[in-house]
Amino acid sequence: MKQLQAINDFVVKFSNVNGSGSASANELFARAILRMGVPVSPRNIFPSNIQGLPTWYEVRINESGYQGRRGGVDLMVAMNPQTWDADLKEIESGGYLFYDSSKPLPKSKFRDDVNVVGMPLTEICNATYSDPRQRQLFKNIIYVGALSALLEIDAGEIERLFSEQYKGKEALLQSNIKALRLGRDYALQHFNCPVGLRVKRSNNVGNKVFIDGNSATALGAVYGGATVCAWYPITPSSSLAEAFIRYCQKLRVDPASGKNRYAIIQAEDELASIGIAIGANWNGARAFTATSGPGVSLMTEFIGLAYFAEIPVVIVDVQRGGPSTGMPTRTQQSDLLSCAYASHGDTKHVLLFPEDPAECFEFAAQAFELADRLQTPVFVMSDLDIGMNSRLCNPLQWDDTRAYDRGKVMTYAELEAGKDFGRYLDVDGDGIAYRTYPGTHPTHGAYFTRGTTKDRYARYSESGPDYVDNAQRLLRKFETAKSLVPKPLLYPADKPARFGAIFYGSTSPAMQEALDVLAGRGIHINALRVRGFPFQDEIADFVASHPWVFVVEQNRDAQLKTLLVNETKINASRLLSVLHYDGTPITARFIVDQIAQHAGARTVVPLKKVG
Amino acid sequence: MTYLAKPRLHHPTLAKNKVGYTRRDYEGKISTLCAGCGHDSISAAIVQACWELDIEPHRVAKLSGIGCSSKTPDYFLGNSHGFNSVHGRMPSVLTGANLANRDLIYMGVSGDGDSASIGLGQFAHCMRRGVNMVYIVENNGVYGLTKGQFSATADKGSKSKRGVVNTEEPIDMIGLALLLGATFVARSFSGDKKQLVPLIEAAIEHQGAAFIDVISPCVAFNNHPGSTRSYDYVREHNEAVNRLDVITGREEITADYAPGEVTEVTQHDGSVLRLRKLAADYDATDRIKVMHYLQERAAAGEVVTGLLYLDPNAADLHSYLNTVDAPLNQLTERELCPRAVTLDRINAALR
Repeated sequence: MKQLQAINDFVVKFSNVNGSGSASANELFARAILRMGVPVSPRNIFPSNIQGLPTWYEVRINESGYQGRRGGVDLMVAMNPQTWDADLKEIESGGYLFYDSSKPLPKSKFRDDVNVVGMPLTEICNATYSDPRQRQLFKNIIYVGALSALLEIDAGEIERLFSEQYKGKEALLQSNIKALRLGRDYALQHFNCPVGLRVKRSNNVGNKVFIDGNSATALGAVYGGATVCAWYPITPSSSLAEAFIRYCQKLRVDPASGKNRYAIIQAEDELASIGIAIGANWNGARAFTATSGPGVSLMTEFIGLAYFAEIPVVIVDVQRGGPSTGMPTRTQQSDLLSCAYASHGDTKHVLLFPEDPAECFEFAAQAFELADRLQTPVFVMSDLDIGMNSRLCNPLQWDDTRAYDRGKVMTYAELEAGKDFGRYLDVDGDGIAYRTYPGTHPTHGAYFTRGTTKDRYARYSESGPDYVDNAQRLLRKFETAKSLVPKPLLYPADKPARFGAIFYGSTSPAMQEALDVLAGRGIHINALRVRGFPFQDEIADFVASHPWVFVVEQNRDAQLKTLLVNETKINASRLLSVLHYDGTPITARFIVDQIAQHAGARTVVPLKKVG
Repeated sequence: MTYLAKPRLHHPTLAKNKVGYTRRDYEGKISTLCAGCGHDSISAAIVQACWELDIEPHRVAKLSGIGCSSKTPDYFLGNSHGFNSVHGRMPSVLTGANLANRDLIYMGVSGDGDSASIGLGQFAHCMRRGVNMVYIVENNGVYGLTKGQFSATADKGSKSKRGVVNTEEPIDMIGLALLLGATFVARSFSGDKKQLVPLIEAAIEHQGAAFIDVISPCVAFNNHPGSTRSYDYVREHNEAVNRLDVITGREEITADYAPGEVTEVTQHDGSVLRLRKLAADYDATDRIKVMHYLQERAAAGEVVTGLLYLDPNAADLHSYLNTVDAPLNQLTERELCPRAVTLDRINAALR
């Protein structure tokens, strides 16, 4: 039988039952490979459930550092009888199946073209442990031990990870090492180790860090100076607020008094969450909320208020599959339009599109600067794929000379000196007016904040010219935002390219890989990664300089394309959509297939010259 | 109410308080509510209370939702920042503002539509959290700005101006506030300034969630026979349980009281409230008995007013969250931003 052969380039998928404690064992597996200097990118595929339903952990091991989901599975660790048939089907021909052979299975339950490694895990556990919980938890460690032998993973790295994790907890450390060795020794004795898939020590991880986007965003909020956070639990953003709590407890406690330099409220709903964040920002504290699509839907009235009354606020949208409850535990980029134009009436909002946890950190901190400078809501458009999966990325960076830019805030001294204060008065043409914090001055600078129309001095007005004057200034302000949001990044092809491609956010790793694969097939593409909205002129220029531009997105309705066509002078007929929206992360294979098809159809074969 | 602009110059003999302001300095823009509206009397009571307590006007932040009542913050404390937020959501905005700067006084003004219908959830949760604030509901049992629909506090069986009888149970804001953990609960009547002003003063002094339900008749849509929120009805059924004096600690105690009829309650921060009892055996610090008493009197058709409940040892949200003494909005990158070297350590732990 064919046996897949690969070193440092294969996909292992763990099929588990959720609530069985498999998550930490699986992460241990991924980390051990990282410690061997080989890049990995794991993805949790999990149900909206706590115990008993199927869950998967898919690890792509790739020496070149491609971190997009590859598609297909080379080794399936099938620990869930419920999903056996589907799991079996997913294995590449010549691939491997590792399973618990304690109970015999009929031959019909296997495939002729898949190599089977059966290990009586339950039997071994029952013989070794008497406590049911231990039997369950150590079963996971035992299979990691077996895999270390089958794939030639350095068991020393796993043991080092144990000793870091269980520092000072000797009993736990020893029992984990024992389970690991039990699995490893069994495999070495009973199977031909290694199989065709092997991990070989390399040097391709460098100084990169392994962190999930939600933690990185939370850390960015800490560095960015957020002091107030209000949130309502919703997948996939809950772990962001929880990470913010964790980091604040470590980094934001006044050492002298033991008191907190932060206030975090788990609110009663998303409306209260954004209300609290807006109230705090109005009063001069940096505040944010983290949510997902359904939360944004609920927040839209308040977002309109913040836009119209010009109150800074940062909203992190960790996108999931919509509409409605949609696919709560699956990923999409499908909130672009609902965020860009959130609220009734004419509104436009600033959006940032991080590609990975490193940019989540950077953009989160930057979002607070932008919100204060522009006095408007700013969205950080993360998604489940980045937010809830650990990803290898550049180390997080901070420049200590960086001071917070609180934007145009009129001080006591300026008010006292008689500086003219008009809350909605544009004094220098950038569309941004000065604001004052409540309590600044006894007799100057107070104003009444409201969502109704007002004149430049914040006086209630229902006059048409006042309304238009204000609406036009808000447009000028949005124009100013163009120069402040992160610029798009160009990835030029090595050879002259007829095609362009635009992509954003979590599509990035799959796209980078697809570009390389396509180039290998002779299809050269200049790519542009959009990182913010409003769109800079470079984006329209990029489109204008290519006859065809692919717009790669993870939603059904081509939302970025819609936004591009609506907000710029781009010729829509040049744009070709590549859309992936089944809830799984987009793959390089998908992008390559789609683009190759389009490109083939659009490659003009010159007619034979006659005569 | 009136379209004549108020003169900006004050009479030189106008009395000044200890921080140098006349009562006029606490006024706001001219009210646009109907002549005789109870809400304007409440605004006047707020002006009076802030002046008497020697509060610098700019140290108060006024927040409201949407509706007639929510327009009123424009009509008092013109040198204070105000925030007319969205319908029913004032409590969350106030909570956020309070978290940002614990040094200001937060006055939330809302109506029965704003707090008992669309905003019932936010009303409940800001009471639960113990936000340090004065939360006034200007309660008229009717939607005034949209011309006379019943609100959720309208009594069952009461009649609208168009003759419709309300068939739904009223929401009892006082009962809810008590259940949800408000630490200062009072009811008053916009037509009784003598009762209302000291209640507002005491609520400002109170360091916790203070709620005042003020029955405030709507002269345009709910002041007719058959209404239970008319001036006449409230005057006839008003039963005050106590009268209140607020002793700020700066004043000598001069008033004379007959022995036995006065209780002094010292609050957590040292301020003293002196209650003159009108109802025998009424103990405003016993929450269970208060709830029982109020249910009993409500069944008898009385509108009980006064300081109904007070927890003298109230704590507030900031103490629960253990926030620093300095207002969060005054912290800079020096206090808030960990250094790059800390990030290097975090990076190292992520490898």
